[in-house]
Amino acid sequence: METVKLIIDNKEVEVPKGTTIQKAAKLLGIDIPTLCYMDLHDLNIENKPGGCRICVAEVKGRRNLAPTCSTRCEEGMVVSTHTVRVLNARRTVMEFILSDHPKDCLVCPKSGNCELQSMAHRLGIREIPGQEYAAMSTYRKDFSPSIIRDLDKCIMCRRCETMCNTVQTVGALSAVNRGFMAAVAPAFEQNLEFSTCTYCGQCVAVCPTGALTEINHVPSVLRALVDPTKTVVVQTAPAVRAALGEEFGYEPGTLVTGKMVAALRALGFKYVFDTDFAADLTIIEEGTELLDRLTRHLKGDKTARLPILTSCCPGWVNFFEEYFPDLKDVPSTSKSPQQMFGAIAKTYFADILGINRKDMVVVSIMPCLAKKYECQRPEFSVDNNPDVDFSISTRELAAFIKQANIDLKTLKDEEFDAPLGESSGAGVIFGTTGGVIEAAVRTAYEVHTGKKLERVDFTELRGLEGVRSATIDFNGLPINIGIAHGLGNARKLLDDVRSGKSQFHAIEVMACPGGCIGGGGQPLHHGNSEIIKERAAALYREDRQKPLRKSHDNPFIKKLYEEFLGKPNGEKAHHLLHTHYFDKKKKIMIKQ
Amino acid sequence: MPREKMQIMVCGGTNCSGTHGDSVIDNLKLEIEANALENDIRVLRTGCFGLCNLGPIVKIMPGETIYTKVTPDDAKEIVSEHIMKGRKVERLLYRDPSSKKPETTESELSSHKKQLRIVLRNCGIIDPENIEDAIAHDGYQALSKVLTEMQPLDVIKVIKDSGQRGRGGAGFPTGLKWEIAYKNMADQKYVVCNADEGDPGAFMDRSVLEGDPHSVLEAMAICGYSIGASEGLIYVRAEYPLAVHRLKIAIGQAREYGLLGKNILGTEFNFDISLRYGAGAFVCGEETALIHSMEGLRGEPTIKPPFPAESGYLGKPTNVNNVETFAGIPAIILKGAKWYSSIGTEKSKGTKVFALAGKINNVGLIEVPMGITLREIIYEIGGGIRHGKKFKAVQTGGPSGGCLTEKHLDIPIDFDNLIAAGSMMGSGGMIVMDEDNCMVSVAKYFLGFTVEESCGKCAPCRIGNKRLHELLGQISEGKAKPEDLERLRNMSQVIKDTALCGLGQTSPNPVLSTLDNFMDEYVAHVHDQKCPAGECKSLMRYIINKDNCIGCTACARACPVNAISGERKEVHFIDQSICIKCGTCKEKCKFDAIFIE
Repeated sequence: METVKLIIDNKEVEVPKGTTIQKAAKLLGIDIPTLCYMDLHDLNIENKPGGCRICVAEVKGRRNLAPTCSTRCEEGMVVSTHTVRVLNARRTVMEFILSDHPKDCLVCPKSGNCELQSMAHRLGIREIPGQEYAAMSTYRKDFSPSIIRDLDKCIMCRRCETMCNTVQTVGALSAVNRGFMAAVAPAFEQNLEFSTCTYCGQCVAVCPTGALTEINHVPSVLRALVDPTKTVVVQTAPAVRAALGEEFGYEPGTLVTGKMVAALRALGFKYVFDTDFAADLTIIEEGTELLDRLTRHLKGDKTARLPILTSCCPGWVNFFEEYFPDLKDVPSTSKSPQQMFGAIAKTYFADILGINRKDMVVVSIMPCLAKKYECQRPEFSVDNNPDVDFSISTRELAAFIKQANIDLKTLKDEEFDAPLGESSGAGVIFGTTGGVIEAAVRTAYEVHTGKKLERVDFTELRGLEGVRSATIDFNGLPINIGIAHGLGNARKLLDDVRSGKSQFHAIEVMACPGGCIGGGGQPLHHGNSEIIKERAAALYREDRQKPLRKSHDNPFIKKLYEEFLGKPNGEKAHHLLHTHYFDKKKKIMIKQ
Repeated sequence: MPREKMQIMVCGGTNCSGTHGDSVIDNLKLEIEANALENDIRVLRTGCFGLCNLGPIVKIMPGETIYTKVTPDDAKEIVSEHIMKGRKVERLLYRDPSSKKPETTESELSSHKKQLRIVLRNCGIIDPENIEDAIAHDGYQALSKVLTEMQPLDVIKVIKDSGQRGRGGAGFPTGLKWEIAYKNMADQKYVVCNADEGDPGAFMDRSVLEGDPHSVLEAMAICGYSIGASEGLIYVRAEYPLAVHRLKIAIGQAREYGLLGKNILGTEFNFDISLRYGAGAFVCGEETALIHSMEGLRGEPTIKPPFPAESGYLGKPTNVNNVETFAGIPAIILKGAKWYSSIGTEKSKGTKVFALAGKINNVGLIEVPMGITLREIIYEIGGGIRHGKKFKAVQTGGPSGGCLTEKHLDIPIDFDNLIAAGSMMGSGGMIVMDEDNCMVSVAKYFLGFTVEESCGKCAPCRIGNKRLHELLGQISEGKAKPEDLERLRNMSQVIKDTALCGLGQTSPNPVLSTLDNFMDEYVAHVHDQKCPAGECKSLMRYIINKDNCIGCTACARACPVNAISGERKEVHFIDQSICIKCGTCKEKCKFDAIFIE
């Protein structure tokens, strides 16, 4: 590999050709500040607009200052990152940015977690000159079912745009207008709700300021909790337990399952259940559907559509309803675990309690913002009573716990309630990319072959590669499996399905890079992809520790079918646990 | 082509067409036909002559007679007198602004004496809608020479040796640019002509496209041959309908004549050109923004490297040159690098087209050799300052150039000298200011343009320029504090130092150059709340001179906001808190009793 030698702040460093100054400086322990640059290395995501100009440095012989995020090292370069000229420029540019930013930090939802705030602190900004006559660029606030846009706080780092366009290929957000009035907005400056947005929340996950945040449903949950006529039931998604601890000072990848259960109980939830239970249920339904389509396909039935696509991710469902409505008979009709849980809680469990579904409130704790939209879909309600009433994110739960004066660290571990709290390891790994399909394989293999699976860990299905594939031997029958995380990667597989080139029997898709562990509702990673890797490792750890590793071994699932549902994919199961999809391709009408 | 005895050339540029130039052509043709002279006299609609404030212009060959401000009604007299009887129509001749003497031939024109037309060689001479006219004036000869006698590297060597630098503003050596594009191997390369002329008041590219479109097409094909590209794109402003129209005709004719398309001039070389339209964003003149715009993306610049020569349009090696740069290429090929490099200064060769504007007698388009002084341009070609006022400053390089003063008038103009003086060549805008111009207002005006035209991508340009503009507003209203002047300079320098593209890196130039050259005016605004040039309205006060006022009440009756009070036949008084400084009172006063403080 060709290398170059250069000097940064009087220290020599040798780096591969093409390395940027910023990365070379990092090797020397020099941390050049930046606001817009973001590198999620393991996920192959980079945002490099060179727009904030905070990372500038002096390069000997160069007329102006160089943006170190995007200037490549050259042989013999001499770089200074903290001369008077550089520090003055950095401070002045920061003053410019702050001069066009609201000063309501005290009441901002991002306060304490805001990269702009930290940067102002780090650069020691103590005043913003010229404020008395400086105009602010203002923009209307936009509320969608999942995401709030408050562009007055936007600093044009363009990270959201990179996520929405380059990574997700959703194309809902891009820069509009010029100069001081430039903003990031959907086409024709429509509200997000009328755009192609899938509510994946990746824009929120990377926004350095309070410009993009989630709709806060904690107040509604609180109202339900204090209502004596309501029985409030909570379900927690697998990825939440692997990330919640970060909000309380735990190292990334620390599992806080027991403490989370204890905290939820302390908050006043009557029954603390696990979405992992519903994940096991999903595997039974989806796995049965896969085997059914596969068997029919092998018998030559042309109406059996393969590959089957997973359908647990609501961002992904929104995506194919928007961009691939012609393929809406391809995905599994199984509802997502969140919705399966709601449907069972408000029927089976309400019956056990002997209460009306209207007196039960189901709350979900999700790593996801699209779940907020999903639970509001009209097809997931009975007589205007939704199966899942409110969905709050991991971040919202953390804030809720703190507001309730609960010290998570001192809580003793507690167990989920029965009967909807028991789960297998297969349900746990739903939270990471490749996990759903691995869980499905564990069950489908045994059901199809009638043999016991000796090796439960399918490492060939794991990892962070954007598109992965593996062939699993089902006792002589090779099953081709595709995995995509990130909607841009999903699009590649979908294009192949559309053109008939796809060789897969089953494809797992997760909208968020990394799967749910990298979801839009998770604690902010601030551009550190190591955190996402640690969360994935934590889920696989929990899976290994579980006495049960396969969904169909879950005794409560078996009981549920025996007592209530009947057969998998049977009539009752179909009614409660399956859904159908819609053509939601947006047509923009321009009024004359 | 039939040979006529005489040619009547009428300017068909945008300016002259806009002042009934087309009707002049129609009437001339009618008169020629009425006198049965159509076989002997040809009436041509040509490109721009450069005398834009004197249009419509009519030139009669042979004899180079120039008639100015010709109306459609003058056609009859021109034909009956000049054509039939050989007598010049004296009242339509150009008059020197100082001597008032009529000048009869083009070469005699004082404004043309110092000019040297290479880029504009055919403008005003050929009919731009007729390829045969272009061919008759050496059009496509350079292409023919290149394709039949030269290897790509030979062509690049000639361009390199000629010393030509890009006319778009930055002055990057053309030959070097071509060489880099040549060296970057790819299955497809592109030649792009940047015709997104955006500087207010600059119209040299438009004039070339309107007056001699074939020179650009020919040069693009030469470039394509040299770097190994088979496709050319012209990014032209949609606001240039005449240029677009003539380009379309020219491309069609060139294809018809086998000068574009497959196997050009019977060789193996294929090259074709298509048009892309810009929507008027100034920043799209920046080459990376231009390329993004052509790709259908938002027109905003990206960081270089990678340069377009490495990864440009659709990710392929792309050579982007400006219209004026291209238009000079065929002449260089035909006359040689030595000839071209003999013109100009040591580091800036050839000629440059400037758009002269402002408080000057002759406004319009001029082409002069590099190394000419501002004094020669302003006083000899431009005919001096209008109304005999005093020269104050000249702003070169468009909205982000700097303001130069008396002390810079004798510097030989070239790329490097202008930068050293605190301004730049830019695309060749040149705006002359006289003693009535307030330099704070001038800086504010130009900055207002860059604030409007910033794409908004980088913080210093998006927010910094806005803040600069606001602070200049404070100064011009007398509200600034003394320390604000230091802040103004610091903000300007930081924006220059940190902005992403050329737009932001140069936008503070008007501020910095006026701070350097006219600090006293800033100080007057800040410390004394006075505008020495009397241009800043907020600092202006209309006052009634007690000695002259006779109490006629004319001013009070004319005042639109009733700011003036006073009894009949008594001295009147202006309430400064109500006065909107419209100046109506001063106009109405017959006794010179109202003055401005």
